[in-house]
Amino acid sequence: MKSRVLRILPLQRAATPIAKTSAAMAPVRAASSISQRPNSDHLSFPGALKSAFSSSLSFEHPESYKALPTYRIVDQHGVVVDQSFAPDISDEAVVKLYMDMLYISIMDLIMFDAQRQGRLSFYMVSAGEEAVSVGSSSVLDPEDPVYCQYREQGFFKERGMTTKEFMSQLFANKNDPGKGRNMPVHYGSKRLNIHTISSPLATQIPQASGAGYALKIQKLQDPKSKAKVAVCFFGEGAASEGDFHAALNIAATRSCPVIFICRNNGYAISTPTLDQYRGDGIASRGIGYGIDTVRVDGNDIWAVREAVKKARDMALQDGGKPILIECMTYRVSHHSTSDDSFAYRARVEVEDWKRRDNPITRLRKWMERKGCWDEAKEKEARDSLRKEILKGFSEAEKEKKPALRTMFEDVYEELTPDLKAQMSDLCELLDKYPDEYDFSEFEGGKDSLKA
Amino acid sequence: MKRQMARPWRRAAASSSRSRLPLRPPPLQSLDSPGSPGSPPMPAARRCYSQHPSSARLNVPIDYSTSPLLAHGSKGPLLGQSDELPAEVRGGPRRRMNLFQAINDALGIALAEDDSVLLFGEDVAFGGVFRCTMKLAETHGAERVFNTPLTEQGIVGFGIGLAAQGMRPVAEIQFADYVFPAFDQLVNEAAKLRYREGATGVHAGSLTVRMPCGGVGHGGLYHSQSPESLFTHVPGLRVVMPRSPVQAKGLLLAAIRSNDPCLFLEPKMLYRAAVEQVPQAAYELPLSRAEVVKPGRDVTVVSYGQPVYTCLAAVQRAEEDLGVSCELIDLRTLYPWDKATVLASVRKTGRVLVVHEAMVNAGIGAEVAAAIQEDPETFVRLEAPVARVAGWSIHSALLYERFNIPDVARVYDAIRRSLSY
Repeated sequence: MKSRVLRILPLQRAATPIAKTSAAMAPVRAASSISQRPNSDHLSFPGALKSAFSSSLSFEHPESYKALPTYRIVDQHGVVVDQSFAPDISDEAVVKLYMDMLYISIMDLIMFDAQRQGRLSFYMVSAGEEAVSVGSSSVLDPEDPVYCQYREQGFFKERGMTTKEFMSQLFANKNDPGKGRNMPVHYGSKRLNIHTISSPLATQIPQASGAGYALKIQKLQDPKSKAKVAVCFFGEGAASEGDFHAALNIAATRSCPVIFICRNNGYAISTPTLDQYRGDGIASRGIGYGIDTVRVDGNDIWAVREAVKKARDMALQDGGKPILIECMTYRVSHHSTSDDSFAYRARVEVEDWKRRDNPITRLRKWMERKGCWDEAKEKEARDSLRKEILKGFSEAEKEKKPALRTMFEDVYEELTPDLKAQMSDLCELLDKYPDEYDFSEFEGGKDSLKA
Repeated sequence: MKRQMARPWRRAAASSSRSRLPLRPPPLQSLDSPGSPGSPPMPAARRCYSQHPSSARLNVPIDYSTSPLLAHGSKGPLLGQSDELPAEVRGGPRRRMNLFQAINDALGIALAEDDSVLLFGEDVAFGGVFRCTMKLAETHGAERVFNTPLTEQGIVGFGIGLAAQGMRPVAEIQFADYVFPAFDQLVNEAAKLRYREGATGVHAGSLTVRMPCGGVGHGGLYHSQSPESLFTHVPGLRVVMPRSPVQAKGLLLAAIRSNDPCLFLEPKMLYRAAVEQVPQAAYELPLSRAEVVKPGRDVTVVSYGQPVYTCLAAVQRAEEDLGVSCELIDLRTLYPWDKATVLASVRKTGRVLVVHEAMVNAGIGAEVAAAIQEDPETFVRLEAPVARVAGWSIHSALLYERFNIPDVARVYDAIRRSLSY
């Protein structure tokens, strides 16, 4: 790893012709010191080594390339179209995945209504996208660290998030690992190796590249340790952020084992993809970064599973590399409880997607064809899940909120003198104006603020 | 576009900082690392960057080679509290280093003692445009010391991901002027990670972000900025700026080992100029603790980074001319800062000025002044208004640096005005 040509030169040397300078550097040759060979039909510019010369001027038009195909295994009628496909899991395991998707869709309905009743501040449903999250979770290693955007509840569910854990976060009670600091749906779990969700879009993408590089180095330093990949979800809107560009580029140049999973659901709040980009979706960009890429039908849980499973193997090959998967779906729901999506799209369009193609009904059709599911089982499943969720709901709603002191903690590893002083200032204020503040719902009342 | 144009300038700033040294004594080229030959000093008249006239009595160029703020001999600096270092470090072997060599030394120690330390940024693999990462890739491997693509938001985001996964990343932003693309990652992510993760225990505390900052005489708009106060407004970050090689090594090691995310701002003016005897052992200097560089009775001068030298020169002039005694405090850590040391000093002297390069408005001086007047015991001891000597509320324009960055005359005048209030 001898230095490249960028040695700092005194002015008079820097001003001499390049040829002479590079001759002086001749003993040190790195990737960027490639010389032209006589009569070569390929470029020797360091920026694009494999490019052949051309004597006709021709611009590349995006429309002269066919859109990348969308891989699917099961069509919208539940019929298998990839004849090489054979389910790699038992019928019971398939039913479990179906139940996870159903759970999320039922929890979505209950919590959306609860927000409308003012019982929690905010909610985001993931209707229409359950197969992407549940399907990918089901083929990853439980220890693979995961970064989510916010519409991946199914991932948490499949990995083992309990009703109590979901509800504790949504109601920000004392059992919430986020200690009541985050908005609802900003889940996180150490046990499940899923990073806590943050609202700024796309910030998690370069972080996932870093996490992937950490896994690679840790494996190098301890070859006996388990090989892991980092996983990162984001929507097609978030992919317009600069962080997406930074992340894919770094992941490619540092060969990080990371799987980027884009949920392309057609909308970023009110913005349709036509206003988001003009290329062939997100997948076409992966190729530009030198990343192996695939586009799959995000309403087909089997296609998602196969793609993510294969991607994980590929990501761990050759010392590690990134993979991009674009999952095509449709955001059936409003963006969030703060959004009325019929202000910018036709109700009939949404109804059409709900009825015509939906990941839950598609898997249900497949299961019914297979003979492992029927109407009676469906009704029983829906009833029991609804009961379980409502029970967790009412328990979580009754719990105390975290201690007031937690608002000052975890800013730094230790409380700073400033923070200690401010905590005691707040305590004095509450003592002095007891009628102005209600702190009864917080565990320990105002006493937790005392040093 | 902007960046393509900026890059030659960064190199220019890096290389010509060698010839930026004062005319008396001769430039310290012998200190340059073997790989970077020195260039002959240019005649003063032909210098095309900001400088004071030779007739100046106050604004005499800082002579780092004799400054008592630096340990020129084996006994330690004439000023400052060297007792922060354990006796075996203080008494142990030392080596003459400039600021970039001290940083290089600290990075080398950090890499050697902890496998989870990684170093990355733009152009760090070949040694860095300021030579701070020289030979580290050769010694510790290309997997641990490496170049990233040219993307500041990517560099910091990547670092946060590494930190959250248990590594100890040290990211470099090539100039503090270019940290702004990473502002979102630093403010919304690095600073808040521990807070939002809560009981999961995940945090980005092992992240350190190094960046050269401050005026260099000819850095213009984008090679001169001191953005520290933008970060002292962010809970969760520690912001540190050393003034010398001994400090840089001890504070950088403390920042790297700290479990809070640290921004480490390196005054690039001092990379080659400040040279002293630095202990060879690994040692830390405490974060969030100010240093009383020189005790005094009549007025307190608070500063940090390169202006500490300016302040000392002004203090020495004022003491000679006015027969007063000034206390000089180096904050070292700008947030969370050492309020107690500053307040105790002001209670004693009753007069105080705060000096920094960055724009005066909402700068470090504003926070220090507010804390002083807010403290009931200190407020009643004030004999004069708290003075701020800082950059004007303008951008750091190329030609006007000598009129913008606080110099000895401005600090001297502020001391006089405070005393005659």
